[in-house]
Amino acid sequence: MSEHKVFMIFQNTADAQPFISAFAQENSAATLDYQPGMVRIEGLGELGITQAVVSELAGREVNLQELHLTLISLSGNIDEDDDYFRITRH
Amino acid sequence: MAVNCIQGDYPSINMDSVDRFHGNQLVYVGWDNHTSISTANAYPLPPDMPFGALTEAVLPSVLAPHPDFALIDWGKVQWLLDGQTFTPDMSKSLRENGVGHKSLIRFKTPELTGYKGTGN
Amino acid sequence: MAKKLNMRKRYELLTRGLGWEPTYQPKEKVFAQEAYEGIKITDWSKWEDPFRLTADAYWKYQAEKDKKLYAVMDSFAQNNAHLNLADASYVNALKLFIQGVSPLEYAAHRNFARLARQFSGEGAQIACQMQSIDELRHAQTQIHTISHYNKHFHGMHDPFHMFDRVWYLSVPKSYFDDASAAGPFEFITSVSFSFEYLLTNLLFVPFMSGAAYNGDMATVTFGFSAQSDESRHMTLGLEIIKFLLEQHEDNLPIVQGWIDKHFWRAYRLLGLVAMMQDYFLPESPMSWKEGWQIYFVENAGALFNDLARYGLRMPKYHEIATAEADHISHQVFGIFYNYIHAAAFNLGLPSEAKMNWLSEKYPDTFDKYYRPRMEMWAEMAKEGKRFFNMGLPQLCQVCQIPMGFTEIAKGEPMQVAYRVSEFRGDKFHTCSDGCKDIFDHEPEKYVNAWLPVHQIFQGNCGGATVPDVLAWYHFHPEDGGDYAGSADEARWKAMKGTAASSTAAAKTAPADAA
Repeated sequence: MSEHKVFMIFQNTADAQPFISAFAQENSAATLDYQPGMVRIEGLGELGITQAVVSELAGREVNLQELHLTLISLSGNIDEDDDYFRITRH
Repeated sequence: MAVNCIQGDYPSINMDSVDRFHGNQLVYVGWDNHTSISTANAYPLPPDMPFGALTEAVLPSVLAPHPDFALIDWGKVQWLLDGQTFTPDMSKSLRENGVGHKSLIRFKTPELTGYKGTGN
Repeated sequence: MAKKLNMRKRYELLTRGLGWEPTYQPKEKVFAQEAYEGIKITDWSKWEDPFRLTADAYWKYQAEKDKKLYAVMDSFAQNNAHLNLADASYVNALKLFIQGVSPLEYAAHRNFARLARQFSGEGAQIACQMQSIDELRHAQTQIHTISHYNKHFHGMHDPFHMFDRVWYLSVPKSYFDDASAAGPFEFITSVSFSFEYLLTNLLFVPFMSGAAYNGDMATVTFGFSAQSDESRHMTLGLEIIKFLLEQHEDNLPIVQGWIDKHFWRAYRLLGLVAMMQDYFLPESPMSWKEGWQIYFVENAGALFNDLARYGLRMPKYHEIATAEADHISHQVFGIFYNYIHAAAFNLGLPSEAKMNWLSEKYPDTFDKYYRPRMEMWAEMAKEGKRFFNMGLPQLCQVCQIPMGFTEIAKGEPMQVAYRVSEFRGDKFHTCSDGCKDIFDHEPEKYVNAWLPVHQIFQGNCGGATVPDVLAWYHFHPEDGGDYAGSADEARWKAMKGTAASSTAAAKTAPADAA
């Protein structure tokens, strides 16, 4: 099981919130672990978000590369384009 | 295996060759089962120093604060020199006892095993 | 209206086809470091950047990160926010950080600039250029942030000078010098993969979270700001490994050897972080062992499962490192307790509450092995005989840490591990099988080691007495010793308006140090 684990870690800030919420909303099996100052989002095999959902949550047009501003760490193989971002491990 | 180099041989200088220690040689001494002292200590010592000076002067300078140290019966100590058991001749020099540059001396005090027997 | 290009296409147009074939000089002379390590690259165009971050986007986001960070730092200084710390003993973690980590950031900056020049593939050049700039940013933001603490506390006044001389800072220095003295592919495997991908989470994530827990918002901000770059660096580390293994099968044994070596070296270096994590933070959100479990055991397990298709296996001795997770922070703390009179930070025996936390986090080892040690030291201190080690320690020829690690994997956790190799008629001592293997593979390299203890005995470190050597390190007398009774504790209490501790008059250094 754990051999397919992937994770994203964000700062627990207002700027990161649309990303954190999108990960939670778009990955129903994901778990969120809150530590002081940060939150770790963990999944098996894959975690992904779409630009539409992040923008909806932020209430503005978001460029997904803005995640670089609040990302702390990640584990998995990255696949990204204008309208989605995901990390995978199969 | 040789170190990869852009050209020639890897420049290799032995930074701790014995000639750099002003007539002394380095000797390491560790006391087994007393890990509160954390490591063997390094001492620059004259090769002609009698082995007995080690137990009488050198080791107390570092190990004396340990509560077990005063209780050591040096006649019962088990010695290891560079991994081999040996019996030092206290009146002979380090060199005559086979202690070389960067030799490691370990000693065990079978009846003393650290604070409350915990190896500390 | 022209159709908007998608990210992939934009990225390709902005990052590819930027190179050229040299005509005045042969290519192998222009990129003189690319072949000698034995790595075979057949097609650099196969390089894939994990993040499709173009230069314009890179500058935009980095500028924004810096703007946010400096706003936090300004308000931190204006509000004297250091007064909000849980306790000033926390600052000792920052001291070790600025002394031991920030100089590594600067060294990384220089080395990634070298890599950007020496790799002939444009994709790798750009990634290394960006990382070189990132690393310089990290060194600068750390210096700026910690400069605020330097106004109020000791030990942070000359970290770059200290880094080149001090006995415990030779541990991070020698790790990085080892990688810097290797070719570009070994360097990037070492720093980007073995250190950043496998282990850097253990430095930044729990540590910065710990900073948040202890009220240090300035450090949290620079830490997490740096770490946002780190995500990019880690993925570069993973990319370089995949790229090298896909390029040629002959690269596999070379890369595996480097991963084995630099995993062990980086792991040994992190022993200092383990101590910070478990002993320096007044409030710890996570123990070293818990961090190791999440960020190494689980994460690296998943990663190497992924990399098995290339024939790569877990780094050699990883299971030893995992077995040591129950011991390492306590053993490194023990070493520093012995020699704190010769350090530029303070520490003290853990409080009863802290010991209970350690018992809970280390149920198999703390009460059995390490609590008795603390009790013994506490008893000695109470009798006015605080134990200081007045000798100098035996150092490992490779990792340069005092040889206090034990035979944990052999089931003898209270037996110091000794390894020795013979080379050209001399003995070379190492602390573990991992360090011995590294020595035996390239003895010509490691006999060059500048071991601080031996250098002191050779007379190269300012003099023969402890104060001589500490002055040569640019330490001030009040920089080291126990936290209880330290100048920092007294100042903290004055700032907080509480009475100085009753132990303030107690000695913080051994009486006969002079």
